[in-house]
Amino acid sequence: MSALPMAGAPANVNLVGLTKNDYRGNPTTLCQGCGHNSISNQIITAMYEMSVLPENVIKFSGIGCSSKSPTYFMNRSFGFNSLHGRMPSIATGALFGDHTLKGVSVSGDGDTASIGMGQFKHVMRRNVNMVYIIENNGVYGLTKGQFSATAERGLALKKQGTNPYMPVDICMEAVISNATFVARSFAGDPKQVKELLKAAFAHEGIAVLDIISPCVTFNNDASAYHSYAWGKDHEEPLHDITYVAPRKEIMLDREMNAGEIREVAMHDGSTIILKNLEKSYDPTNRFEAIRALEEAQRNNWLATGLIYIVEDKPALVETYDLVDTPLNRLTEADLRPAPEMINKINALMF
Amino acid sequence: MNKVVNDFSIIVGTKNGSGSSTANNTILRAIFKMGIPVSGKNLFPSNIQGLPTWYTIRASKDGYLGRREEQEIVIAINPDSFARDLASVAPGGAFFYADDIKQPITRVDIAIYPMPVKEIVRKDPNVPSDFRDLVGNMVYVGVLAHMIGIDMEKISAALNFHFKGKQKPIDMNLNAVRAGAEWAKANLEKKDPFFLEPMNKTDGMIMADGNTAAAIGSIFGGAQFVAWYPITPATSLAEAMNDYFPMLRKREDGKHTYVVVQAEDELAAIGMAVGAGWSGLRAMTSTSGPGLSLMTEFAGLAYYAEVPLVVWDIQRIGPSTGLPTRTSQADLTFTSTIGHGDSDSLILLPGDINECFDFGWQAFDLAERIQTPVFVLSDLDMGMNQWMSKPFEYPSVPMDRGKVLSEKDLEELKGNWGRYLDKDGDGITYRTLPGNKHPLSSYFTRGTGHDENAKYTEDQVVFHRNMERLKHKFVTARQYVPKPVVHSTKGATIGIMAYGSTESAINEARAQLEKDHGIKTDFMRVRAFPFAPEVDEFVKNYDQIFVVEMNRDGQLHKLLSLAYPESVINLKSVAFGDGMPASAKWVREGILAKYMQAKSAKPAKKAVAKKLMVKKAAKSGMKGAK
Repeated sequence: MSALPMAGAPANVNLVGLTKNDYRGNPTTLCQGCGHNSISNQIITAMYEMSVLPENVIKFSGIGCSSKSPTYFMNRSFGFNSLHGRMPSIATGALFGDHTLKGVSVSGDGDTASIGMGQFKHVMRRNVNMVYIIENNGVYGLTKGQFSATAERGLALKKQGTNPYMPVDICMEAVISNATFVARSFAGDPKQVKELLKAAFAHEGIAVLDIISPCVTFNNDASAYHSYAWGKDHEEPLHDITYVAPRKEIMLDREMNAGEIREVAMHDGSTIILKNLEKSYDPTNRFEAIRALEEAQRNNWLATGLIYIVEDKPALVETYDLVDTPLNRLTEADLRPAPEMINKINALMF
Repeated sequence: MNKVVNDFSIIVGTKNGSGSSTANNTILRAIFKMGIPVSGKNLFPSNIQGLPTWYTIRASKDGYLGRREEQEIVIAINPDSFARDLASVAPGGAFFYADDIKQPITRVDIAIYPMPVKEIVRKDPNVPSDFRDLVGNMVYVGVLAHMIGIDMEKISAALNFHFKGKQKPIDMNLNAVRAGAEWAKANLEKKDPFFLEPMNKTDGMIMADGNTAAAIGSIFGGAQFVAWYPITPATSLAEAMNDYFPMLRKREDGKHTYVVVQAEDELAAIGMAVGAGWSGLRAMTSTSGPGLSLMTEFAGLAYYAEVPLVVWDIQRIGPSTGLPTRTSQADLTFTSTIGHGDSDSLILLPGDINECFDFGWQAFDLAERIQTPVFVLSDLDMGMNQWMSKPFEYPSVPMDRGKVLSEKDLEELKGNWGRYLDKDGDGITYRTLPGNKHPLSSYFTRGTGHDENAKYTEDQVVFHRNMERLKHKFVTARQYVPKPVVHSTKGATIGIMAYGSTESAINEARAQLEKDHGIKTDFMRVRAFPFAPEVDEFVKNYDQIFVVEMNRDGQLHKLLSLAYPESVINLKSVAFGDGMPASAKWVREGILAKYMQAKSAKPAKKAVAKKLMVKKAAKSGMKGAK
């Protein structure tokens, strides 16, 4: 399989010779208008535009409406729809199989912030090399409309009454747990979702994307925090974000504004260009990130954009100093100690 | 007074955290180096410092390594257990005690030896004051050595091993041993009959614990991924992997071919192992009962998704606090149906240190061949105590990586494959691994509800068909699992069945049954579940089969009863669980309590099974690679 673009290739073919169709999955079985479908479409577009080889991606998910969605994109990638709240551990183990692969994981607010909170926190501190998308709608869809841990206090749902508990802020939890890339977006803002997806994919290490993704069936009342209407009214982007691939010819397409522009260099030579909207926001400063999230909470804003990034922390597999050959291609010669070692071992016993 | 040579037990009562393990291991190793078969068992509480703890050492010229209930020699160092220790000395036995313990001594039927432990240590100016308690333990080693005849050269060798050749601690401890021995020589008169004399019965043998053996065996099996969470008594297995990986898998480029992750809990530990096994690594985790409970959901998923991995369960007693540091064989029925919904488990049951090593590598072959989790059930007694053992043997067959399709295979098949398509009719299907660059290599994994091409379906016909195939796979598995080990006696009238670490206690009980009661026995130790075909024959051959195990409810008995309903009437449960390693005494008494004289008057008809009655079944328990 040639990965190089050829002169005169058709316009709808990307740098690895694939069409957008090569990134599609099965038809969705989620509700019409579900925010998750919009996210799946942006994953397809982002991966296509980045010319990612689907065989270099593993999809992971837990359980829930969101966790069904990896079947709706990238059929040519391996995937594992695992257990409720346990996707991070499956991904952690599986990505050791071949360190050249990248995880693209989809979870939900119940899967991550309730049953999976433990594994979520620990996959952050391990800095596993994957994009961790939380399709956050504040509600359990697949079991028909119970509160999730991200539902705002006072939210009223049919059959459930009023939510008496404080919500979990996934981005705050991620920053506090030493995630190396934390962003928030809104499914109703597809352009931003796509650019953040690209940046997240280019990031080496864990990249958390908390995407508010309204549930049209159980939680889309105009006053609800996770609804389309509320999101559109309250979205406060920290910046316009543009992902620029590590190739000069693409760079030239972009217009650069002076002054408010901040570039963040990624490990692979790509950059994210952040055009700050109101004030100079520094996403490399953890203290500022926590302050911005706190400020958004107090003002009832839906702060979106790249909230936090740190580029110099090694991803988990790097800390293990593994051989270059993927571990799952090693053979007996690499794995079984030589026959003479058995005598050495026996001599070490008493 | 008749001398009793090389056939008695010693128990040392100390406080845990007092550093007595070095002293006790030194005694054990020195006796071993004298060529006398010996076993040591640490009976310890779930505590770090201050509670009573005991170490038993049994010398047995006949080679019986099981626990003995009678203690001929008792060494009391702990005032808190002094009265109990004194009472535990067998009549005619010997009682050594630290003379700073001022408590009444009421026994007149035993030899009493006070030892000025503290005084002797204080006299040595080379022992810093904060080391006095630790080194003090060596004084009783010296006193005992003189009184029963432990070779000082062997003690020196044991200390040299323990301190890895570091001269300063070796000298400090050896001086205390010598001081104890000299004091005993000058001050004590031998009043008991117990002596050690050199033999040659440990030539060529090694001493190791089962967890270390399992770890090293796993590394020889090509282990690549270990995820674990600390839990007694399994912790030392994962720690041994950390210890031995660097040496056994050393490469010139210094790079690593293995990964060890300490997970946040057992859910994550098995989750990571499932992920790694799915992506093609030889993956494992190690745990004990409470951890295994937490792993249940993932174990069920791995069964349905057909993911190879190895789970070591070092069995212990019960959930939460209580007796977590006591041994048990009570996870068998739980493991046999682990997961929810219909399930089958593949379980290996090592019975000694060598089998911990062998099953370490064989478990990976089996997991990848059958594409399912393999559970290996060891126990605390085997896992954490030192056992003498034959040396480890290099794996007898090449690795069996099972049915895996590469890019080239897929090219040849022109993409015509299905992850759950039973092409060979053995229930085992072909898998591909992430990272395979063929455009048709990928598939999407989930639990239940997939068709032959791994596509989502809830169709009842497809679901049912898949369930039947899974069942068929476990029929196939029976031919790959380790065969049972059989010990037979000519003219045997009854059968005994058991698994795991109870073998030595059972063989000792068998000798007693024959000698004292005239009951001859055949003994089958099963080594796997589902049961190998050889078990089918054994259960048919006896009117009475006693199923011996360390639990309350007779779990192996239950599984045998389910597998062989036609033999239920002949299967008798001899189950006992109190946290202590099996002893010949309870095995013998348990069998006698249920033995029916009239029923088994004649030797068993063993026409069919005769060929199985070898002293020890062939060591290569498993069939090799395809």
